[in-house]
Amino acid sequence: MASLEVRNVRRVFGSTEVLKDINLSIDSGDFLILVGPSGCGKSTLLNIIAGLDTPTSGDVLIGDQVVNHLSPKDRDIAMVFQSYALYPTMSVRKNISFGLEMRGVPKEERAKTVNRVAKILQIEHLLDRKPSQLSGGQRQRVAMGRAIARDPALFLFDEPLSNLDAKLRVEMRMEIKLLHERLKATIVYVTHDQIEAMTLGSRIAVMHGGEIRQFGPPQEIYDEPADLFVAGFIGSPSMNFIRTEVVERGGDIAVQLKTASGAFALSVPGQQAALRPWIGKSVILGLRPEQISAGGNGQTAGSKVQEQRLTIDLVEPTGPDTLLFTQISDATVCARVRPEHACRAGETMALAFDLSKAVFFDPQSEKRLRAP
Amino acid sequence: MAEHAEVRTAGPRLLGRAVIYALLILLAMYYLAPLFVMVSTSVKTLDEIRAGNLIALPAEITLSAWAKAWSSACTGVDCSGLRGNFWNSVSFVVPAVLISTLIGAFNGYVLTMWRFRGSDLLFTLLMIGCFIPFQVVLLPMAQTLGWLGIANSTTGLVFVHVVYGLAFTTLFFRNFYVSVPQEMTKAARIDGAGFFRIFWRIILPLSPPIITVTVIWQFTQIWNDFLFGVVFSSGERQPITVALNNLVNTSTGVKEYNVDMAAAIIAALPTLLVYVVAGKYFVRGLTAGSVKG
Amino acid sequence: MSSAASPAFKRLGDVVEQALPKLVLGPTLLASLVFVYGFILWTGWLSFTESRMLPRYELAGLVQYISLFQNDRWWVALTNLAVFGSLFILVCLAVGLLMAVLLDQRIRAEGALRSIYLYPMALSFIVTGTAWKWILNPSLGLERLVQQMGFTDFTFDWLVNPDMSIYTVVIAGAWQSSGFVMALFLAGLRGIDESIIKAAQVDGASMPRIYLSIVIPSLRPVFLSAIIILAHIAIKSFDLVMALTGGGPGFSSDLPATFMYAFGFTRNQIGLGAASAMMMLFTVAAVVVPLMYSELRRQRHG
Ligand SMILES: Nc1ncnc2c1ncn2[C@@H]1O[C@H](COP(=O)(O)OP(=O)(O)O)[C@@H](O)[C@H]1O
Ligand SMILES: [Mg+2]
Repeated sequence: MASLEVRNVRRVFGSTEVLKDINLSIDSGDFLILVGPSGCGKSTLLNIIAGLDTPTSGDVLIGDQVVNHLSPKDRDIAMVFQSYALYPTMSVRKNISFGLEMRGVPKEERAKTVNRVAKILQIEHLLDRKPSQLSGGQRQRVAMGRAIARDPALFLFDEPLSNLDAKLRVEMRMEIKLLHERLKATIVYVTHDQIEAMTLGSRIAVMHGGEIRQFGPPQEIYDEPADLFVAGFIGSPSMNFIRTEVVERGGDIAVQLKTASGAFALSVPGQQAALRPWIGKSVILGLRPEQISAGGNGQTAGSKVQEQRLTIDLVEPTGPDTLLFTQISDATVCARVRPEHACRAGETMALAFDLSKAVFFDPQSEKRLRAP
Repeated sequence: MAEHAEVRTAGPRLLGRAVIYALLILLAMYYLAPLFVMVSTSVKTLDEIRAGNLIALPAEITLSAWAKAWSSACTGVDCSGLRGNFWNSVSFVVPAVLISTLIGAFNGYVLTMWRFRGSDLLFTLLMIGCFIPFQVVLLPMAQTLGWLGIANSTTGLVFVHVVYGLAFTTLFFRNFYVSVPQEMTKAARIDGAGFFRIFWRIILPLSPPIITVTVIWQFTQIWNDFLFGVVFSSGERQPITVALNNLVNTSTGVKEYNVDMAAAIIAALPTLLVYVVAGKYFVRGLTAGSVKG
Repeated sequence: MSSAASPAFKRLGDVVEQALPKLVLGPTLLASLVFVYGFILWTGWLSFTESRMLPRYELAGLVQYISLFQNDRWWVALTNLAVFGSLFILVCLAVGLLMAVLLDQRIRAEGALRSIYLYPMALSFIVTGTAWKWILNPSLGLERLVQQMGFTDFTFDWLVNPDMSIYTVVIAGAWQSSGFVMALFLAGLRGIDESIIKAAQVDGASMPRIYLSIVIPSLRPVFLSAIIILAHIAIKSFDLVMALTGGGPGFSSDLPATFMYAFGFTRNQIGLGAASAMMMLFTVAAVVVPLMYSELRRQRHG
């Protein structure tokens, strides 16, 4: 198993710069997720790592060795595609062993490998079928089998689950995670689905417009988003963004908010150093829905939570939680409360704001405000 | 379409259907009539042709006109029938079809699976070749074939038909391979297969339908060609279409309509046979070659 | 540091492998450049010279074009092309559309009928010409048949009548090509979304009405490609005329293609032949380019 490093990689198609100075580095055994909206350059980057595409400039290193000059077959990688890309005229068995055959692996050994892989993926009974006789999920397994059989230094997955229906997607997600733990493989996994990113990755690179906006472990990406885009992209329902003014209130830092019925302020615990230069200026407050819960349970006193009564415009039960929507400072704000605490649309109820994990952004640069 | 379900009364509906079928059958008779006339004329004697009419059935069937057309009719000065020309045609049509199809397959493969900067432009450039009237290349080609020393030879005709057939065969294969996911080639490259291995092992096994379409199209086009044949060959080297035309338009002696018709059928037989056996692919080629080209 | 750590050169095998696609496409491109584009230029050059039996390459200006347009036979050929081309296209479109619509009515034995309408496309124009030459034979052919049916005054001498000979080419040409247009239209009809028809039926439209105002207008792209192809066939038409009339009587049924052959190859007027070939190329361009352009623009703007 090998580490992977991407250094200053750029890719220009004609006059559009699809990748702008990409830098990444992961260790052996890492599960790297490249996540971002479609068209942001994820597949291009993956193809460059695979050697299927050449960077305009920059280097790719696999296991500390620069592989720029190596063709895909010499990079010791395997790839699973969104469309699976199974060879339609070959049986499943042939599909899995084709890569081994190309590398001159003897016949008996190939047969052994195919059987071992088929067992891992529970596709033994499908080995003699043609891809057209398989269901979507089965094709997905075969595509993974083809990758595993080669036992490569690096696995590359390009949106492998996006052609599956929702239920199967969750199942396969789990299987991929188990497989990763079992094979201790190094994986680069492309997805546009932030839930897949959060659940699978040990490292996440959030991409947008050909750039990596943030690179780090999942929880860090979630809790400490580097900018407005990352904050909005990761998390479902997405983070609430409220334009607000920073004020000083008796030595404390607070943010000024308004509703239809009047204004109120919420004090911000911590982040003094970051916010002090912004006093009297406008910032964007980012608050995740779960940081706004139902108030009035008597837990407020002494805790960091502050309550405010607000009119609820819309109620969306999701089952485990109920989402409440209200209007604060011209923004539609979502709160996540337990179903039994939810009110009905049009009613007023107390919401509890926990600003201990609130994040703040510069409205101009959209970067997160940090202590100088 | 055509599911006009609710119908008020059965009467008008039945009448409508009757009219439709009557029209269709009339049209079918119109299309079949020339074939019928050709066949029946070819088995009549010349006397019967002079006495009877076009659609009269032959009183007795004689194959002497066929025999004459095949082996002793005069095409110009030469009086050895169409036999030699038939085999001439076979001898350049077969290689020309095979070579142009093979090259077209490779071109289509490159233009879809191995695109490079400017490859789409090159394709467009190539496709314009489908549109030019060939008259515009005849004079230089006649000269060039002379320089190359392949004027009036089988090689020369193979060469000409390959060169001017490539645009079509490339178009066919490209349009077919465009619907093959490119990821398949990528997967094969990662699996360690190279340019030719991917072609033989992955792409070619997918291709029998388009190969059939292309071979049939090329065969029909090249077998039926007259222009290149009449310009680039002479005498006993001529393809069958040219010989047929000479036979029919030879003005010496008595006009033998039965021999003309037998000769025409002989010239048409190979492509008709292909049409009967593989009409489906023929139609597909026609529409594929035309909708784009 | 960057690529410095890696070998500065690629392995030879990889270099060859990378160049393979271009190498494979190369011969075809070269052939196209030389034998299509190069030869067009060559013919163009010849058309500006006084070449007769042998090509000569001193430029002589527009002499060939001037003599071309002073040549009666060329004008006959052009007029014939206009008559033949427009009639041929109209008849093929009308008959082809009629057959396609009829066949689209859930017909039994549709496959067989379709094969019958289409088989002429498998024939050489020389065969078609030979067959129709016999059928239209002024004494023994159709004329005799109709006379024997009782219409003793019936005459049908188009084949030998200089005023009518071009129309025999239309008859034979349409017989050969209309089935093909039928196949195009039928494919177009089969591609129409059935739910649109159902919606129109629910709205109470009659079947002829549905065809006239919904189905046929939606076949616009098929019309366009059919017209492009038919125009192309018409301009290139050579074999059919050669077999059916030989351009005669006299040169009354000449088309530009037969004109070009006559002057370029049998009458040793290479310069004039080249000029007529260039005119054919321009005619094709003048017909095909605007049609393709309008079609492409329409596609782009949805
Ligand atoms: N071969 C190419 N030529 C030109 N543009 C391309 C090519 N491949 C990708 N692109 C462009 O690069 C951008 C990124 O594409 P891609 O990497 O496939 O995005 P993603 O996988 O993130 O959805 C897209 O805007 C796409 O249009
Ligand atoms: Mg992608």
